[in-house]
Amino acid sequence: MAHPDTDLPPVRNRNLFQTLDLDVRLLGMIAAFAVLCIGFDLVTGGRFLTPRNIFNLTIQTVSVAIMATGMVFVIVTRHIDLSVGALLATSSAVMAMAQTQWLPNMLGLELGSPLIPWITIATGLIVGTLIGAFPGYLVGYLMIPAFIVTLGGLLVWRNVAWYMTSGRTIGPLDTAFLKFGGINGTLGATGSWIFAALAVAAALYGLYATRRNKLKHGFWVKPMWAEGVIAAIISGTILGFVGILTAYEVPARKLARMFEAKDEVMPEGFTLSYGIPYSVLLLIFITITMTLMASKSRFGRYIFATGGNPEATELAGINTRWLTVKIFGLMGLLCAISAVVASARLTNHTNDIGTLDELRVIAAAVIGGTALAGGIGTIYGAILGALIMQSLQSGMAMVGVDAPLQNMVVGAVLVLAVLVDIVYRKKTGAA
Amino acid sequence: MTTPLVDMRDICISFGGVHAVDHVSVDLHAGEVVGLLGHNGAGKSTLIKILSGAYQADSGEIRIGGDKVDITNPRDARAHKIETIYQTLALADNLDASSNLFLGRELITRFGLVDDDAMEAETRKIMGRLNPNFQKFAEPVSALSGGQRQSVAIARAVYFDARILIMDEPMAALGPHETQMVAELIEQLKSEGIGIFLISHDIHDVMELCDRASVMKNGKLVGTVDVNDVTDDDLLSMIILGKQPGAKSA
Repeated sequence: MAHPDTDLPPVRNRNLFQTLDLDVRLLGMIAAFAVLCIGFDLVTGGRFLTPRNIFNLTIQTVSVAIMATGMVFVIVTRHIDLSVGALLATSSAVMAMAQTQWLPNMLGLELGSPLIPWITIATGLIVGTLIGAFPGYLVGYLMIPAFIVTLGGLLVWRNVAWYMTSGRTIGPLDTAFLKFGGINGTLGATGSWIFAALAVAAALYGLYATRRNKLKHGFWVKPMWAEGVIAAIISGTILGFVGILTAYEVPARKLARMFEAKDEVMPEGFTLSYGIPYSVLLLIFITITMTLMASKSRFGRYIFATGGNPEATELAGINTRWLTVKIFGLMGLLCAISAVVASARLTNHTNDIGTLDELRVIAAAVIGGTALAGGIGTIYGAILGALIMQSLQSGMAMVGVDAPLQNMVVGAVLVLAVLVDIVYRKKTGAA
Repeated sequence: MTTPLVDMRDICISFGGVHAVDHVSVDLHAGEVVGLLGHNGAGKSTLIKILSGAYQADSGEIRIGGDKVDITNPRDARAHKIETIYQTLALADNLDASSNLFLGRELITRFGLVDDDAMEAETRKIMGRLNPNFQKFAEPVSALSGGQRQSVAIARAVYFDARILIMDEPMAALGPHETQMVAELIEQLKSEGIGIFLISHDIHDVMELCDRASVMKNGKLVGTVDVNDVTDDDLLSMIILGKQPGAKSA
């Protein structure tokens, strides 16, 4: 043991992907997604990859994608949550009742009061977190399998929502609340480009800070050209995405109606871009937060450690029971956020809101590479999984595939995705 | 006589009516290696898990440096500077070496985030000392060989300035060269004043590395002997027959 510290990493030959430090699995998913989109675009004669359709696709994905990020944590710790659609429904029902009846009737807040949407959302998020955390207690402390607890939860919360609203559709919802739904609340062109500029700056700084840190410890860093390629890809993606969303303009007839409502005449050649919807901003914010949590927080580290070896994590002094409560509570919070987006997008609370979402959410996480055996999964994978599912579904609808056939295809794709993943992991020898 | 570093007195624990550990007392001094011997199921690992906080004794008391302490979970044990190398190694296979080494005690940046680079740098330092051939810092530990995994588990136990080290079958998965490294490490830690409980099946290891040996059978303590006073055969008969040396059967 008289050896000096051997801090220097060995010189290794690296292939292109290793040099770029890219996740090959992620690239595979992006490639599959691209093939899918281009395929639909060809079949529909160029109607799939229009700014309008991409805009719609994005806002349709948000609700499931938000929940899928939380499902990654649940599945990574070897649990499952079958109740997310029902939690969404109950949160949505609570918020619909709060803004249309409880706040105006009991607290005497006038309809349209600026306080209503915020009190409503706060209430919804608290309720979602609590009814999410409770099954976490049953799973973590009382050791009831999550499958059973959340299967029960599915029935309970789906019907609590029904009972609370007597099965009625509740609406119209508050106009400020509706801004979280997608098309009714967007940043506009200028705001979107400012956001894009900030995002690019933040990404570049992130790359710089990572490199500086690695150099400080004397670790291997990518060659500068590789950093440049990565920076260009990230910036290009951000700018391209914002470019597409801002290219979608408010239809002329709708604009004319807006001006009529204000008793003004629309100037000749006037156009207005939608830009980034607030719901998509919310998803971006959640994705970044959840990714940081997964890879850079103690909470996330313990989640993955528990998934890899629960006993070892317990022996390392980590309270895995309380961890389970926190994970399910977080899942509940995300369901409530999804409930805001989903009900605002529909402009009403409907009795069947979120039906079958549990399956979409689990499928998104699993297609995104989350292993049901635990310990493996990424947030961006789940988002991509949600996008792939939504694209499949709306692409098939656009092509004119019958609804039952659509569901059959989605089911088959789910199984196929897992098979491909298993084969890939076997080949690369990854766990 | 000096106060023992660890004094476990009259420890009992039972699982569903089975007395896994039945009124056992053992002690350990600073700079001493005490071997724990016995068949599978004799209660060695259970006894040691009570000290490391994985189990709680039904009765009995633990004194550390003369003070009575309550160890109700692994965090308490770590707070008393008790570190354990489990027979199963207790590694999260999907995480890399440094994440495992610092599990539950991560280094964090000033923003409260996990500082992976700093942890990797520290891991490289200690591995350079323990196992200079170790280079797989980026891979999950599932990709490591048995010996490499063992060295991660050992690094975790010695990195945090343990005063009391529990080693449960540390040589079971190792080749001759690595076994020699562990033996050298034990000598070195001993000279630093660390007290070590060494659980082993191998009588030669115990005779070579330990100062004293406590033998258990069926959850009871057969006896504790100074290894210089006994032969291999004496220890064997304690393990197999449960008899103290010298107390020849009639």
